[in-house]
Amino acid sequence: MNGFRVADGGGPVIPNFGHGSACLKNNGWFCPEWVRDHWGDILQPALVQHIELTVIAVSIGFGIAFLLALVGFRVRIFDAPLGAFTDFLYAVPSIALFQLLVPFTGLTVTTIEIALVSYTLFVFYRNIVEGLRSVPAEVLESARGMGLTRRQTFWRVELPLAVPAILAGVRVATVSTISIATVAAFLLYYGLGGPIFDALAQPDIFRTELLAAGGLAILLALSADALLTLLQRVLTPWNRLG
Amino acid sequence: MLASLFVDTFRFIGDNAALLLQKAAETAELAFAALGIAMLIALPLGLWLGHRHRGLSVALGVSSVGRALPSVALIGFGIAILGIGFWNNTVALVVLGVPPILTNTYFAIEGVDRDVVEAARGMGLTETQILTRVELPLGLPFVLAGIRISAVFVIATATIAGLFGGGGLGDIIANEPAYGLAGVLAAALCVSALALLTAGALGAARNAAFRRMAPSA
Repeated sequence: MNGFRVADGGGPVIPNFGHGSACLKNNGWFCPEWVRDHWGDILQPALVQHIELTVIAVSIGFGIAFLLALVGFRVRIFDAPLGAFTDFLYAVPSIALFQLLVPFTGLTVTTIEIALVSYTLFVFYRNIVEGLRSVPAEVLESARGMGLTRRQTFWRVELPLAVPAILAGVRVATVSTISIATVAAFLLYYGLGGPIFDALAQPDIFRTELLAAGGLAILLALSADALLTLLQRVLTPWNRLG
Repeated sequence: MLASLFVDTFRFIGDNAALLLQKAAETAELAFAALGIAMLIALPLGLWLGHRHRGLSVALGVSSVGRALPSVALIGFGIAILGIGFWNNTVALVVLGVPPILTNTYFAIEGVDRDVVEAARGMGLTETQILTRVELPLGLPFVLAGIRISAVFVIATATIAGLFGGGGLGDIIANEPAYGLAGVLAAALCVSALALLTAGALGAARNAAFRRMAPSA
């Protein structure tokens, strides 16, 4: 469980700060030379893994939540139970969910993805249903008056008008997935959580590694947030604040 | 396998009720202390900024940065600065708990119909009276919604504190070798129950505030 130091086989067993500059020997707050030396073998791979984890979880989560939201939107009696179900999944603590999945899917990336997907459902479901439901009755009335079928009304009126709410959901889900994915390293050395837990596992917390990996996770989340905000503006120019 | 896990879980809950209650109390103490401090910081600030119609970028910025902060990294920074214990976890949880409350409070007060506020001002209410008697009652459902989001988040994150000497139900969850999978599941159920009960109570308060706002509806 906490054996990721051992699990990476040929990797260094001696803490990484045992050699080099005075900054590293004193475990200073931030030693740029460590980041430079270990960008290629620690930080960059972790960053790439983290982005992969997030993109896959958000895509699958969106697909599942979209289908659930369609059911909850069309068949009203299912809305409350589905909402409560996603609520419940969200309230399960992440470290517990990761562990509970291990007997079924093992210490694998699949386990991490299942947990991450289940957390995105709450945000996506709420936003998609609310977005679809917020279309004004007069608009639906005029769509019907123009002779649109139920299906046409959905694809040409309701869905486009729900886009701002859905995109807001994508933004929140992406950023929180980036954040929750760091917890996954508790289970398996993967993503930016790897170096974070690694740094915390050193007898005298390795500050440079902690700050570098933690900082990268925050930067990644903020960049994703900015990028998706931009996308929101471009796709919905009529909605100034989004 | 699944069925026996559930049987074991309920047996664990039956056999260790006292332990679970004690750990749940620790988690609740940590989470509610953090939530209380977060409210003390975020509510006045959100009320003031919303009332003055200022600081939109602050409210939006705080909410995106707040969501972006990974709890593990935050608790890690806390340990690096404050050492292991109650305070590093509390500070991390406060930092995570402030954004939803601040953002919701800001938009709740900022979004109150300006005509209503003008009418109140015309009737001779002072700025403090406008805030406490007009804006706050009208914005209360959204303020409570913000506290609800924050509470669920803080309680769920408080278990991560167990990894770093924070005690509480996280101790059991993080220690599968000692308590077994049934123990982990039992503790997780306790955390979920705590979060959902708190959310339920705050949700009921929000609905009551909504009903009081629109008695005719």
